[in-house]
Amino acid sequence: MTVTSIAPGQPGRTVARVRPPARSFWRTAWVRFSRNHVAMVSALFLLMMFVVAAFATSVAPQDPNRVMILNQHLSPSGEHLLGTDESGRDVFSRLIVGARASIAVGLTAMIISIVIGSLVGSVAGFFGGFVDTILMRITDGMMAIPYFFLVLIVVAVFGSSFTNIVIVIGVTSWMVVARIVRSDVLRFRANEFVTAARSIGAGDGRLLVRHILPHAVPSILVAATLGVANAILLESALSFLGLGIQPPAASWGNMLSNSQAYIWDNPLLPLYPGLLILLTVLAFNFLGDALRDALDPQYREGGH
Amino acid sequence: MVAYAIRRLIQAVVLLVIVSIVTFILIHSAPGGPAILANPDLSRDQIAQASAQLGLDDPLPVQYGRWAGNVLRGDFGVSYNTIEPVVDLIGARLPNTLLLAGMALLLGLVIAIPLGVVCALRRNSWLDRAVAGLTFFGVSMPVFWLGIMLIILFSVQLRVLPSGGMMSLGEPFSLWDRLRHLILPVSVLALGNLAELTRYTRSGLVTVMSEDYVRTARAKGLTQRSVVVGHALRNALIPVVTIIGVMLPRAVSGAAITEAVFSWPGMGQLAINAATTRDYPVVLGTTLVVAAVVIFSSFITDLAYGYLDPRIRLG
Repeated sequence: MTVTSIAPGQPGRTVARVRPPARSFWRTAWVRFSRNHVAMVSALFLLMMFVVAAFATSVAPQDPNRVMILNQHLSPSGEHLLGTDESGRDVFSRLIVGARASIAVGLTAMIISIVIGSLVGSVAGFFGGFVDTILMRITDGMMAIPYFFLVLIVVAVFGSSFTNIVIVIGVTSWMVVARIVRSDVLRFRANEFVTAARSIGAGDGRLLVRHILPHAVPSILVAATLGVANAILLESALSFLGLGIQPPAASWGNMLSNSQAYIWDNPLLPLYPGLLILLTVLAFNFLGDALRDALDPQYREGGH
Repeated sequence: MVAYAIRRLIQAVVLLVIVSIVTFILIHSAPGGPAILANPDLSRDQIAQASAQLGLDDPLPVQYGRWAGNVLRGDFGVSYNTIEPVVDLIGARLPNTLLLAGMALLLGLVIAIPLGVVCALRRNSWLDRAVAGLTFFGVSMPVFWLGIMLIILFSVQLRVLPSGGMMSLGEPFSLWDRLRHLILPVSVLALGNLAELTRYTRSGLVTVMSEDYVRTARAKGLTQRSVVVGHALRNALIPVVTIIGVMLPRAVSGAAITEAVFSWPGMGQLAINAATTRDYPVVLGTTLVVAAVVIFSSFITDLAYGYLDPRIRLG
């Protein structure tokens, strides 16, 4: 461990060791993070997925939407690495293009939820009182309703375009972020450096943005990582119900949904997209957990 | 306690009214209107007439007032698609969803509490670590995918369990048949709850086990068993009660997806069909009833919490 320990009770260690040179918060966090093998593997996996998703159309060995009726349900071969689906389309290529859809939805929806959540949380925490009560009531209310049904209505009614899906997922998943940011703002609002900044004439906006919010960045980062995982799961569920990314465009969710009709002919078909969803979401969750350990060591030591 | 209950009840009712207004505005602001009015066989006049008959031409607040007034008298209107009363449609589906979600929650608790206790008492044992690892899989797994995989294993390959529905076609109702149809969807749904319930039981018990009164119980010579069961567990389960309240909205959402995988005739299926055909009365009815069930269950959980832990209602 890099933390200096003063161990007065131990024989031979009665003298407190000299403190090591102070290292920056982010550097210490990186040291802790890089020791976590699961997190490093997850990060590498996600990096690979990002690259594949970004260059999906160039990486895919075949045209993901080319229908070849005579090639239905082919077994894996050199030409079709993972075989073909019910329309003779190349499963491997569709998975690659589907990665782009899932990751794009996940990241964009996460950004929306982080922006709303940070705004609600910081305003509630900073101004307190009546504003806080109202905003937190809304947050609690949003958490108590089965919003999945509202999501269903919105996409069914307004159509399931990329924009609609992303907005609806973002707007229904900011509540956790709001609570985390609020509690961080509350924690740092009372600190001396805030009073000091106020005494030299900093206004509310400046205090919040320049002096308090930076302290919430670690928690927001953790929430963001876990938020991507959640958004990807939600998108895949919507696509599975036929309300997400619309065929023939491929997404992991709609590939799964399609494949369910062919489980008797081609039981391997639903395996791949589900496995990719699982691995990607798992990687984001591992990453989020490792970030929490790295950025807020007290969390783990607190016995949770 | 009474004042606390009344305050929470008022909050629950207000929340429900807000949910209904939001749903109402959302569905009525849709471009296009109900699917039945998009029938190409209808002339422009017929569509205008039908629209006037359904009251869709009135201003939104008037429509909402009329709908809300009817709901208070127990009348949820009639489905645009099937002309059946919405109350009947929901009455036929709600018990199925409650059966699914209830059994899943029960199964989750029955497995999670003992598992959480063992993990808490043997912290960092292989079992504890395995459960911690599995928790990640539990929250990362798309439930519908797990459902399809189980169908492939148990229905397609092993042929021991039905792949969907509530009963075998052409057979009279039997409890055994119903149970066989419940096994897969309930397990899938329970697995989603399991991870979280176990984690909360574990952390609840870990916290409580370091309390003074547990040490006192130990000091007066009680066995480990009676310390855990008689003293610690009661308090450790208090957070588990709250987490059930938090999990309910998600359990119902999960049920909606699980229903789609296993063609289980529940509220999720009803809501999805109604939403895609813009069957306004059914959409409003299902959303309101599901929200009511969830909100009042969490109201009851809150009361239980307040009852179990006096600090909450006094604080």
